[in-house]
Amino acid sequence: MDAILVLEDGRYFHGNSFGATGERSGEVVFNTGMSGYQEILFDPSYCGQLVVMTAPQIGNTGVNTFDSESHQPQAAGLIVRAYSDSYSSWRARSSLSQIVREHQIVAVSDVDTRALTRHIRTAGAMRGIISTEDQDIERLTAKARAIPRMEGLDLTHIVTSSEAYHWFEGSQEWKVVNLSPGEADTLPHRPRLTYQPGGLHVVSYDFGLKRTILRRLVDYGCRVTVVPASTSAEDVLALQPDGVFYSNGPGDPAPVAHGIATVNQLLGRVPIFGICLGHQLMGLAMGGKTYKLPFGHHSINHPVRYLKTGHVEITSQNHGFAIDPDSLPADVEITHINLNDHTIEGLRHRSLPAFSVQYHPEAGPGPHDATYLFSEFVAMMVEMKQ
Amino acid sequence: MPKRTDIQTILIVGSGPIVIGQACEFDYSGAQACKALREEQYRVVLVNSNPATIMTDPELADVTYIEPLNIESLERIIQRERPDALLSTVGGQTALNLSVELEQAGILHHYGIELLGAKVEAVRIAEDRQLFKQKMIEIGLQVPQSGIAHTLAEALDVVAETGFPSIVRPSFTLGGEGGGIAYNIEDFRLLIERALDISPVHQVLVEASVLGWKEFELEVMRDRADNGVIICSIENIDPMGVHTGDSITVAPAMTLTDREYQRMRDMGLRVLRAVGVETGGSNVQFAIHPTDGRIYVIEMNPRVSRSSALASKATGFPIAKIAAKLAVGYTLDELPNDITRETPASFEPTLDYVVVKIPRWTFEKFPEANKTLTTQMRSVGEVMAIGRTFPEAFQKAWRSLEQGRAGWGADGKDKIDPDRLREYLITPTPERFFYVRYALQSGMGVDQISALTHIDPWFIHQFEQMLHIEGRVRAFHLGNVPPNLVRQAKRMGYSDAQLAYLLQPERDHAQAESPQTELVVRARRKEMGILPTFHCVDTCAAEFPALTPYLYSSYETENESLPSDRPKVMILGSGPNRIGQGIEFDYCCCHAVFGLRKLGYETIMINCNPETVSTDYDTADKLYFEPLTLEDVLNIADLEQPEGVLVQFGGQTPLKLANALEAAGVPIWGTPPDAIDLAEDRDRFSTLLDELGIPTPEHGSAVSLDQSLAVARRIGYPVVVRPSYVLGGRAMAIVYDDVSLERYMRHAVDASPEHPVLIDRFLEDAFEMDVDAVSDGHNVVIAGVMEQIEQAGIHSGDSACVIPPYMVDQEHVDTMCQATAQLARSLGVIGLINIQYAMKDGVVYVLEVNPRASRTVPFVAKATGIPWAQIAAQAIAGKPLSAFELPDTQSMLYPDHHQPMYHVKEVVMPWARFPGVDTLLGPEMRSTGESMGSGSTFGEAFAKAQLGCKHTLPSMGNAFISVNDNDKANVIAIARDLADMGFTLFATSGTAAVLQAAGLQTTPIYKVNEGRPHTVDYIKNGQVALIVNTPLGKASFFDERAIRHTALTHGVPTVTTLSGAAAVVQAIRSIRNGGWTAHSLQERMRKIYLEQQTP
Repeated sequence: MDAILVLEDGRYFHGNSFGATGERSGEVVFNTGMSGYQEILFDPSYCGQLVVMTAPQIGNTGVNTFDSESHQPQAAGLIVRAYSDSYSSWRARSSLSQIVREHQIVAVSDVDTRALTRHIRTAGAMRGIISTEDQDIERLTAKARAIPRMEGLDLTHIVTSSEAYHWFEGSQEWKVVNLSPGEADTLPHRPRLTYQPGGLHVVSYDFGLKRTILRRLVDYGCRVTVVPASTSAEDVLALQPDGVFYSNGPGDPAPVAHGIATVNQLLGRVPIFGICLGHQLMGLAMGGKTYKLPFGHHSINHPVRYLKTGHVEITSQNHGFAIDPDSLPADVEITHINLNDHTIEGLRHRSLPAFSVQYHPEAGPGPHDATYLFSEFVAMMVEMKQ
Repeated sequence: MPKRTDIQTILIVGSGPIVIGQACEFDYSGAQACKALREEQYRVVLVNSNPATIMTDPELADVTYIEPLNIESLERIIQRERPDALLSTVGGQTALNLSVELEQAGILHHYGIELLGAKVEAVRIAEDRQLFKQKMIEIGLQVPQSGIAHTLAEALDVVAETGFPSIVRPSFTLGGEGGGIAYNIEDFRLLIERALDISPVHQVLVEASVLGWKEFELEVMRDRADNGVIICSIENIDPMGVHTGDSITVAPAMTLTDREYQRMRDMGLRVLRAVGVETGGSNVQFAIHPTDGRIYVIEMNPRVSRSSALASKATGFPIAKIAAKLAVGYTLDELPNDITRETPASFEPTLDYVVVKIPRWTFEKFPEANKTLTTQMRSVGEVMAIGRTFPEAFQKAWRSLEQGRAGWGADGKDKIDPDRLREYLITPTPERFFYVRYALQSGMGVDQISALTHIDPWFIHQFEQMLHIEGRVRAFHLGNVPPNLVRQAKRMGYSDAQLAYLLQPERDHAQAESPQTELVVRARRKEMGILPTFHCVDTCAAEFPALTPYLYSSYETENESLPSDRPKVMILGSGPNRIGQGIEFDYCCCHAVFGLRKLGYETIMINCNPETVSTDYDTADKLYFEPLTLEDVLNIADLEQPEGVLVQFGGQTPLKLANALEAAGVPIWGTPPDAIDLAEDRDRFSTLLDELGIPTPEHGSAVSLDQSLAVARRIGYPVVVRPSYVLGGRAMAIVYDDVSLERYMRHAVDASPEHPVLIDRFLEDAFEMDVDAVSDGHNVVIAGVMEQIEQAGIHSGDSACVIPPYMVDQEHVDTMCQATAQLARSLGVIGLINIQYAMKDGVVYVLEVNPRASRTVPFVAKATGIPWAQIAAQAIAGKPLSAFELPDTQSMLYPDHHQPMYHVKEVVMPWARFPGVDTLLGPEMRSTGESMGSGSTFGEAFAKAQLGCKHTLPSMGNAFISVNDNDKANVIAIARDLADMGFTLFATSGTAAVLQAAGLQTTPIYKVNEGRPHTVDYIKNGQVALIVNTPLGKASFFDERAIRHTALTHGVPTVTTLSGAAAVVQAIRSIRNGGWTAHSLQERMRKIYLEQQTP
């Protein structure tokens, strides 16, 4: 046992390191997905977090070149029950251990992740520290307590791209299969509307943008210009977008003042779609308030109801904050709710072309039940164009 | 959408007798469906011919029919009950096929019955290989290159395109029955002929081989609002080419990235929508190319299946229950998740543990059968184990199998033929994983093993890691092994028994001292503070609190199982189904739970069989899904501190543990283990019988060949020989001379002082009887007396039997009842007891006493309408039998009671799965399941039992008769009856002469070795409708074997005993006369009750 995880309340877990040596701290959160560790590791929304995978065996399929959600691992650390250095997948290029070591990410195996998860579920998300150097519980507890809490923390500037860039790559062989015409008829609430390739221009704010979102936008006929989080609304409009996208990202949405301000400036002038942090920024801009969930939603199995159709979607989730339903003004409509805890999962402005979801319709990892939202965005842009 | 109010009565069709490919998982699913629909206030009418099921308990449905599963029988019931709807998806392939037949016969339309679950069109698309393939291509999914054939010529055309190896899959069959892999044109022709024959629509799919591809399954659910969820993914460690029922499987899938998994998920949902499964669960199978990721859809089952039972147990998501609720209109989001209670059922379970399933085969019962595993399933049961990691679950699963192994190796029992290593790696057999182990131990590389076996290298790497830890442990002995290493081994699933082997004191001294026992390791391990922890199967990886205690063990840091302060009783289950110990014992265990719950005990179930009702999380108060080994049971007993443990309901599995548990201080309730020993110990037992003055056939026991010869000579041949402590007549034989006894002693058994061979005089031509009774220690109540229809020498588990006895008079029945009560009292039986008797020349002999639940308990319960196992459990807990208001069952004991009802139990044999195995019945049990028929005449009951087993009986045609000299005199009456009913008699020369002399017109035909056309030619030409053929002895053995074999493949009913033939004649007469009625179990029980009121 050469690594230790210590939580801010003094509880600690021993394990074996399969990543970088040293000390890393962050908010400890658990993800219950049984697949997708590579996507999670590379998802900028996990910036500042030590991620516990509840799936017991991690590393089985190695790491491949396509499934990374960004250019580098983003989570502060990885905590697993059993790491497998041997991997088997026809797409794999390296082991998970090679990748985390290369990027100086701490990773710990042989931790009783179930006990840890139960503890977080009961006591709430908390700060923690992983060390491969120090074994002194008291000292490490103090260090864990010393790191800032997630509330009030704007982390978007850490993960956003420093410059604007264009994105053209679609999902390739992993494009979500369109339903056959016969099947689509039976599913009127889920039209698969796509536009001619590259026919719509979407400007996407990058607060920690996942690649799968970009690929989906391309799949649905968009060409995308990604802009840094600090880009002004004027500069965005100068790019003559057909629609603006507010991305996912890490941390507390409330202090991301610039992002909230731009929503207000763009609202009504161009169709807007937001996912996760983007959804929270839109909610805040439209007058709502956000609050911290006890331990967040990090999973790929949460049921969400689309209130318009009553249909249930199995969704990919990754957020620690949510919008308070009582805080919303009358011109904002709740479109989706989480069936596990009845939190808000989607919003739409009643009169202006803007909507957002708390969960991840692009998936990656996760089920594809909600990819229709991309075609709704397309529909909104097409309508606006006409 | 709320539940439907336009339907009131729902008919549920069960799956009939247990056969290979369709086992007690459908009792589990049917019982769940019954409960789910009654909870919604629907009136449930249930039909199943299998009495050994919980679903046919009178409490489960409003109206229960134990009647044959065919359309005539179902129409009779439909006429009486007028259901509004039929739920066809919880009774396996049997119910699904019947629903299609009912639709096609216009019966559903005529009675205005709606099909719930899967509509006929959906069933056709899913089951008709051609339609399914077209549909898959239509929705853009890939399938292996294939073609459909209805004739051999068509098949040859297809295979010219698809090439070899060629996979043959018949349409509408179960468990891959009749299918297989052909490597050359000659095999192909044979396979096609058989497959075309076995497919009810005479259609086969000839498919290009995807042998060696990775194999996955998804359990998918859909509701009528088109919400779809995946309950579980299952990865087959054995790649394509081995039937999934014969594969070792893992849940969740271990070697897929999220993108690959989600692609498969999309496809699974699209398959369901395209096939048109409106509501319920389905299983979709995929093959994935290991190096380029191409994915093919292989097949789908539009119903609850064996895999969905496994998925339910693996995830805690009750697929059958939810499927039933969806069928009546609910949507997934309207139903709660039972485990968390707070969250809805519209979610996808997530696992923070790993589940491994291993099949249990019974090839030892069929020594002639080829053990190569193919696309046709042949396992008879399975175990499931849960661990935090794959190695842990894998080791636990191997020790759950109860095949004398302490786990996957590391117990000194590997039997390896090093010269055949490559062969055993390449060709899948039940031994393959031990050869993989050996290959790793002897230094073969992971990649090479993977190349030979096509097992994904990830799994082989896991095995390698296990062997690495094992190697480290081996370097120590118990005195110096570091605790940390022990903990690591425990976390990899190694049992204490394996550690006892690996940590042998000093190898050189091992011989001198007695081998180190698992209990020594256990004690040392506890000293080291290495104790198991128990964890909840919670559907959500601990994201929400679990309120239903469904538990498994591991070696983690935090125990989640908190014992309550209620008085507790632990019930030990019966482990994997096998021939001789099947669903009957699970039925008994469930009833023990029901009985004790009623008395206010907290019931704790331990079992490792995922197919059963006992491992449903709402059967007992607390469920431990654990191996039934001393170690695992003691661990739970340590934690729970039960007031009592019940070992007499689960067959041999718990009985084998009784002594050791008692010695470890665990309170065993009911008949004391010593009494069980006494009944098994020939010397002690015969002393008791002598004291009581109860006759028993002359006998002795032997631990060596010489001894056995001496005993046999003293007793006189023929003798019955068998090992002690076995169930199902394992390795039991009737031996007629020294030579065959010698052969038996040398090859069939490993006799030892601990396990002597028992030798009894064989009573030829005796009547055999079975008595089941319950004792509270003072009073003994006879539950039922059964007469075996097949004659002596045939294992009672393979013999049809009847309640009440029909050929034994009252005096002798009374003698047996008295002897039963005497023996129960003298042995100190508390609970159930089963005694086998033989009657010869007016003397009643005791053959065997089993102071435990027997295979016949559920049959007796269904015949008498009394839940005997429940009563026994309560008696064990101290409730005196006098406190039960039991109806007088005297009427069930004798045939001459007014308005008698006969109940016949018939068995099904698995011959079709073991081509080449002789179908002659004998003292070793080989049947897999049973059906029950009830009627006002013996003939009706017997005929219904036959139909319940899908044995067809002809009402006209040619009857072929060939009997041995002993039987010649008695066959005349049978032949006359057949002739009177219009059968034309054919016979071999000797029999023909006897029949002709008796004035019966008989056509003599040649024996196989006499000339042509011979008997087999007639059978092959379809000119024989019924065969009566009693064994003539060694000389004509091969002739008879050829007849039986041909008859089997051509579906001609064959009777090999005269008593069986007499029963068949009565049954045929009853069928010809008609006028049958179906009586529900509830009606019969009311009648029994009313008779009591008006003496």
